[in-house]
Amino acid sequence: MSDKKKVMTSGNLAFAEAMRQINPDVVAAYPITPSTEIPMRFADFVANGKVDSEYVAVESEHSAISACVGASVSGGRVMTASSANGVALMHEIFPIAAAFRAPIIFGLVNRSLGAPVNIHCDHSDSMPERDSGWIQIYCEDAQEVYDSVLLATRLAEDPRVLTPVFVCQDGFITSHCYEPVELLDDESVKKFVGERKAAYPLLDTDNPVSYGSFTMSEYYFEIKRSQMEGMNNVLPVYRELAEELGKETGRSYAPIEGYRAEDADYLIVIMSSATGVVKDVVDELREEGVKAGVLRVRFFRPFPREELLSLAGGKKGLAVLDRSASIGGTAPLAAEVKSALYDLADRPRVQEYIFGLGGRDFYAQDARAVFERMMNEDYRAQARFIGLLERGDENERA
Amino acid sequence: MQKTVEVRWHGRGGQGAKSASAILAEVLFEEGKHVQAFPEYGAERQGAPIRAYNRVSDSPIRRRCGVQNPNIVVVVDPTMVESANPTEGSTEDAVYLVNSAEDAKTLRGRLGVTSKAKVLVVDATKITLEELGQNRPNAPLLGALSHIFTDVPVESFVNHFTSKMTKLPKTVLEANRRAILRGRRETVFA
Repeated sequence: MSDKKKVMTSGNLAFAEAMRQINPDVVAAYPITPSTEIPMRFADFVANGKVDSEYVAVESEHSAISACVGASVSGGRVMTASSANGVALMHEIFPIAAAFRAPIIFGLVNRSLGAPVNIHCDHSDSMPERDSGWIQIYCEDAQEVYDSVLLATRLAEDPRVLTPVFVCQDGFITSHCYEPVELLDDESVKKFVGERKAAYPLLDTDNPVSYGSFTMSEYYFEIKRSQMEGMNNVLPVYRELAEELGKETGRSYAPIEGYRAEDADYLIVIMSSATGVVKDVVDELREEGVKAGVLRVRFFRPFPREELLSLAGGKKGLAVLDRSASIGGTAPLAAEVKSALYDLADRPRVQEYIFGLGGRDFYAQDARAVFERMMNEDYRAQARFIGLLERGDENERA
Repeated sequence: MQKTVEVRWHGRGGQGAKSASAILAEVLFEEGKHVQAFPEYGAERQGAPIRAYNRVSDSPIRRRCGVQNPNIVVVVDPTMVESANPTEGSTEDAVYLVNSAEDAKTLRGRLGVTSKAKVLVVDATKITLEELGQNRPNAPLLGALSHIFTDVPVESFVNHFTSKMTKLPKTVLEANRRAILRGRRETVFA
């Protein structure tokens, strides 16, 4: 058994500590709030000789991710971090990284996309990347961030997967909250993550390969299909890895975490840090005799469709809470959930909600009101909003 | 399930309220509690009003929303008794710890709290001006907090505070140590 220690730290600093223990070959970053502390702390580790990594300070996020792609296809283990419009500036390169099968490990600290400029949390930065071909993992707390960096490293680099991964945490709420986190010792982490064995490194001049070549319609489709195959392997490979790491840590995280969901009549489907307060409300409602439960979606890409169906089937009602909007369409989580439920013969009713945009807080009374609407059979075809301040709206916050 | 205690700090940017909430969390963590410390992030500038929060519990803390109904309110800056609205949303039996030179009874009247609330007053500014030559009210306030978190001995606050500052000269460490102990000793209950 490993020598564990529990320390006071934050989501950002837990991410950086995992990076130190993993000791990646290359980190290229352009710091942005609220993920700034990740490259900041890691740059300290580099300067103080705590890691052997090459730290590349670049002039923009576009360059940061471009440097990461170059280093990754060269065979290196590569990590970076960003948020909000920094992530948006990288957008052009994300599908290239995925198609090159560059297994970059990315700390995405969720922050609302401007405008207006806002430093606080929502998922409007990561959700536009859901079709970029990357794995997306959303964490509830700093402990899960730490554990997920270790898992993500193995997952991304597994030859059956070979796909870059976003490890997402909620900006400020998780990234800057100071709380206890249990760390593994350095040796156990090194043993778990091992060394990256790149199959086709660009720098292997004895076996020359080409990246970024031009293909017309006779190859492009097949390349995309092969990416899909890698993505299809993610959840089975993840289960193996989660079991292996779980033996060290005593913790494991399902692709969709069900909390008192099995016998529940009413479920809130939600992601990331807002889940905790819903669990508290579920416990209160259970005391009152209401069969309430929660599904926390941890993997958004690939979306765990089978898990969702087995957990959500047969329920009286579902409320899907999205922390981002798709203006003019269905919000991302609701779209996935409703699409998956279509295959059920007996579909539960679904109410869509948008909450927490730009860091608008989400309280226990908000979660309770969502359950009460389901209990009263109160459903609307349109998405409802939580905590609006606009006067006269049915969703106005008291 | 043990109830979670929620703390709200009112201070001004640069005064150390955020650090104080982190130190409180660390001390209580070392005593085996489940804790959170998180500031409210806004446009950060020196002197602007800021709030920071703690949650403390004997069981794991799951909720991560802001604190709406604090059980303990710490006012780091004496000028904020009215301006920061420290009683906002706080529970009727809340404990207030205020850094002020004012008479404790007068201060209680200014807060306008019911007889269920407890008010603790300590002149942390005066103590640190005398001991450190600077207005850095954290150390005496942490000493005073040992009256509220009664299962934590004041030595835990002293030892933790000084262990965080091992790079400072011994005279500064000693001055902080005295400031914490004076904070506890000079607290007035109203």
